[in-house]
Amino acid sequence: MANALKPLTPLGHDAPQSDTIGAITITENPNTALASLAARLGREAEVASLAAAAGIPLPGPGQSEAAATYGAIWLGPQQWMVEAAFATHEDISAILKPIFGEAASITEQTDAWVRFDVTSTTLPALFERLCSFDLHKAGAGAATRTVIDHLGCYVIRRTDTRVTILGPRSSAHSLHHALTTAAKALS
Amino acid sequence: MIINHPLLGPRDSQEFIYLGDAALIHRPDGMAEGALERFVDYTYLRDNPAGSHRELWYHEQGDRSWLVVTRDTTTHEITAVEMARDVARAEGRSK
Repeated sequence: MANALKPLTPLGHDAPQSDTIGAITITENPNTALASLAARLGREAEVASLAAAAGIPLPGPGQSEAAATYGAIWLGPQQWMVEAAFATHEDISAILKPIFGEAASITEQTDAWVRFDVTSTTLPALFERLCSFDLHKAGAGAATRTVIDHLGCYVIRRTDTRVTILGPRSSAHSLHHALTTAAKALS
Repeated sequence: MIINHPLLGPRDSQEFIYLGDAALIHRPDGMAEGALERFVDYTYLRDNPAGSHRELWYHEQGDRSWLVVTRDTTTHEITAVEMARDVARAEGRSK
């Protein structure tokens, strides 16, 4: 008997969940494919030129950058997380590997993470309750890994009013609880 | 305590894990003459200075880089923070 496999979002529903608490909106976003990219030793310049030719931005430390098809977040020295739309790049690592060949190591990351997009005009007030990443200082384009409720998360400031959080998918509910609790404290 | 990460700027020490004396970069050659004695020294014997101390810290909740932090053990004043990779290369440990 055919038993079609049905994908669930990280929070376990058919459709992504969105919560609006006061002036803060927290939306689960499963529409991004992720792969980590690490330049191999001695081939850093080669990776930079291949990435530029393929339209993959490679931002500097503590930064993120978005281009037409790909976006990227700096993870560590010579390491980035590459983002693309899930609809067109579901098999993102298979797409990236031919671009970089043996010059870089690429690992599929899509299903390891839950992505929450948080929009608010009071983002610094929210995030000073959540983590030690100071959004008063970090403007649009800043991105870092930090701790939110004991969970190692990437915090990416897309614009002044929108932040993306990448957290461990297996702890999606705990992270969601932390975000909504902090949002309720502000409303 | 704030550690001034060479790439990411000032970060709270809660994001870091402490390993110990930066001399741990210099792992002895196990095949060399007198290796046992040198490994006993490497594994068990540490200087315990009251004052400036070079030590390894790991940015576990950040970019996961290893740092060599020069810290005064009596005041916690941090005078230098370097990438451990750069230190190891400068001291001829890595290719």
